[in-house]
Amino acid sequence: MAQNGNRKKKKPRRFYDYSLLVTIICLTVFGLIMIYSSSSYNAQISGLSASYYMTRQAAIGLMGFAAMLLISKMDYHFFAKFTYLSIIVSYVCMILVNFTPLGYEVNGKKRWLGTRNMRFQPTELVKVTVILVLAVIITKLGKRINEWASWAMIGAILLPLALLVTMNNLSSGIIICGIGYVMMFVACKKKWPFLTVVAVGAAAYLFAEPVAQALLKAKILQGYQVNRILVWKNPEAYPLDGGYQILQGLYAIGSGGLLGKGLGQSIQKLSFLPEPQNDMIFAIICEELGLFGAVFVIFLFLFMIYRFMLIAGNAPDLFGALLVTGVLAHIAIQVILNIAVVTNVIPNTGVTLPFISYGGTSVLFLMVEMGMVLSVSNQIRMER
Amino acid sequence: MGSLFTHHRKKILAVVGIVSLLMAGLVGHLGYLMIFRSEHYSEMADELHERERTIKAARGEIVDRNGTVIATNRTVCTVSVIYNQVTEPETVIEALVRELSLPEAEVRKKVEKRSSREIIRTNVDKEIGDRIRGLSLAGVKVDEDYKRYYPYESLASRVLGFTGADNQGIIGLEVRYESYLKGRDGKILTLSDAKGVEVENAAEERIEPVPGNTLTLSLDVNIQKYAEQAAYQIMEKKGAKAVSVIIMNPQNGEIYAMVNAPEFNLNEPFVLGTDKAYANEKERQELLNQMWRNRCINDTYEPGSTFKIITAAAGLEAGVVSLTDRFSCPGFRIVEDRKIRCHKIGGHGGETFLEGAMNSCNPVFIDVGQRLGVDAYYHYFEQFGLLGKTGIDLPGEAATIMHKKENMGLVELATVSFGQSFQITPMQLVTTASSIINGGRRITPHFAIRSESKDKTMVREFTYPVREGVVSEETSRTMRHILEQVVAEGSGKRAKLAGFRIGGKTATSEKLPRSLKKYISSFLGFAPADNPQVIALITIDEPVGIYYGGTIAAPVIADIFANILPYLGIESSEAFD
Repeated sequence: MAQNGNRKKKKPRRFYDYSLLVTIICLTVFGLIMIYSSSSYNAQISGLSASYYMTRQAAIGLMGFAAMLLISKMDYHFFAKFTYLSIIVSYVCMILVNFTPLGYEVNGKKRWLGTRNMRFQPTELVKVTVILVLAVIITKLGKRINEWASWAMIGAILLPLALLVTMNNLSSGIIICGIGYVMMFVACKKKWPFLTVVAVGAAAYLFAEPVAQALLKAKILQGYQVNRILVWKNPEAYPLDGGYQILQGLYAIGSGGLLGKGLGQSIQKLSFLPEPQNDMIFAIICEELGLFGAVFVIFLFLFMIYRFMLIAGNAPDLFGALLVTGVLAHIAIQVILNIAVVTNVIPNTGVTLPFISYGGTSVLFLMVEMGMVLSVSNQIRMER
Repeated sequence: MGSLFTHHRKKILAVVGIVSLLMAGLVGHLGYLMIFRSEHYSEMADELHERERTIKAARGEIVDRNGTVIATNRTVCTVSVIYNQVTEPETVIEALVRELSLPEAEVRKKVEKRSSREIIRTNVDKEIGDRIRGLSLAGVKVDEDYKRYYPYESLASRVLGFTGADNQGIIGLEVRYESYLKGRDGKILTLSDAKGVEVENAAEERIEPVPGNTLTLSLDVNIQKYAEQAAYQIMEKKGAKAVSVIIMNPQNGEIYAMVNAPEFNLNEPFVLGTDKAYANEKERQELLNQMWRNRCINDTYEPGSTFKIITAAAGLEAGVVSLTDRFSCPGFRIVEDRKIRCHKIGGHGGETFLEGAMNSCNPVFIDVGQRLGVDAYYHYFEQFGLLGKTGIDLPGEAATIMHKKENMGLVELATVSFGQSFQITPMQLVTTASSIINGGRRITPHFAIRSESKDKTMVREFTYPVREGVVSEETSRTMRHILEQVVAEGSGKRAKLAGFRIGGKTATSEKLPRSLKKYISSFLGFAPADNPQVIALITIDEPVGIYYGGTIAAPVIADIFANILPYLGIESSEAFD
């Protein structure tokens, strides 16, 4: 920290990643447009104003944007002070939402805390917490991170939290584990545990159906879980039950073609695809803007990840690099999972598309994460 | 705080590399979905989005031989509500109750039912439909539709038939010529959302309906009307159960009239007469089926003495009898162990074959039958086409009920010879008699002459099979002479008509079981006797009082002929007498 003070005195020229900032703005605004396009019809049908969802998202987006700018101007080492607080709040929130009547239910899923109008999803908070806590612990441990005892300690702190999240919803659990996995992979010198996980995962993916059937026989998996796998393998065979949403999504994607039907021209958003502004918004993007639009969105995310990589690589210290790596992992995993679900590459699980899908909590915490990354970028000294 | 090592940078690079690879994979998969599978999914999506509305095709008209329309369409409306679009349910309920005169509870139930489309009432008069449309109530749809309409109501009801709820033919010609009459429905394809609301500004694809073809019949409304009138008169006069009349051109099989009194109202084919009582739906349907029966072709009867025409023709054709052959009638004939009576108890005494025919003497025809023998008689029965059906273009023609040849003994042969112990349809009798008097051509009785499209571009003339050489020209000529004599001086003299040469044969058939003493009186007549242009058969079912065909049936045909022969342009020969 002494060096830090030194730097401040010299007032060296600081870097600030404006390309990332512009990318964030682009994605958010694009998201607002797509939310309007996909939700206006249904909003009107349920008696709301056409721009109901977009306005709400824009308001929260603006708040988040302000918070992001504020955070980005702070020294990121300051965040480390929130480690204990964030971990305690995360645990409390997860327990409240999972086990008490405070948990607010929407569409039969108990994922929110608060009331109908003011509610937030604690799992989004946990994602940020995990990034922060892991970055702090790994930095503190230094080279001891390669020891099994350290792994056990990290597991003791974070695994119960991950379990609580998984209980709440599987996809957030997967994302949190993924973030942890990537951060540990970057931090540790060990390679084989990570490669083993990849190998097991790949095998499970390739032999999902027989594996699931075997697990069903062994009574480890429930019937509905296996059913999800069967639907994934052949959604057209289950057009009315499990396959409905995914099939409607595929109709949207397929009917988009190369250039799409044009912004606002989606048919699938007209109540065929349930809540098209949420998880399945990428399908509407495909339908309206075609393959070009879809690839453009993916490239925007790739560019964002590229900026993360540059910032992480040039971060002044390991803490900053790990913070950015965590955010990078978060965004990358969520984008890949979302698109993979929408295109039926993996079984259906609810993952939102960062910055684009409707969801206040998600946008707010994404902005916080972006603020953290920008803050790290702001600590990079420009070399003359 | 630790510092950044190369291995960290490398690993971050590895992570980003893997992420890029995964995303590239997803882009590849997207490309596959959106380019190669695009057609497949677009098609499935279109199928889901397009809502088909059919535009009903107008059913083809049926016209008589002079072009008079006897079956046409009336525009009616179907009033329905679309739940999602109704904004003021109370106004809608109030208006529909008022305009359609329906009970409020019923309308309310339908208006408030959550369904995509609820039909309030079908077959609403166009006038009322227009009025409801004029109210511009949100969510209320008035669709126009066609309903079959028969301007002459009960005219030739069993011949024409009627149509059901979907405008499909149910009985009669409406069924037989369904494929010509029905036309092809058009379609409007519109896009709709999952809730069934049409998407505005979406391109509409419209396939125009093709109206059904016009069917021209050989039926003549005037002849039919006159025959019906005559049938109703005799039915009332004799308190008969039913009266059937067939009037046909014996040269080509064109049917001018087919009456089954009492007829029923084609515009209300499901309404039974008030005298009909039924306990349940099954009984009601049974009564309806009875009402819809065309007795001329759906039912068989014992033809009785009119069938002597066939025995005579067979005997003449085989050469076993000639006009001058002498017979004697003691009032009965004993065949094997059976004594078969003549209708004249005292017997006709000595008579020639011609006189026997004029007297309708049973023993004479028993003798002719016995001379032929079972084999020859059966041969002619078959040769005349009596074993098969006539092939008339109406559904449900009944087949002849006849002894099997191997079961036919001399007694059976004797009874068949004068028209008993077997059953044929009235149509079969008329057709067979026609082929005997027209020079031996077995014609196919029919109604349909032509089918043409509404715009007259597609015309189809119907042709029907004719079998030549059923009897020789000579036999035919002799038969015409015999039958003319029957009317001139024999049992059919009440069919005589001044100025016209009429041929014919009477019959009085006892219905089974004989103990009931119920009869069918009939008369088969044709004119002019030397060159038959029209043949007619009347059957009077269960007349009360005098039941002899010669007494009650023959005058009806004379009356009909008196009116239709001049109408058909058959000149009275009086002037030449």
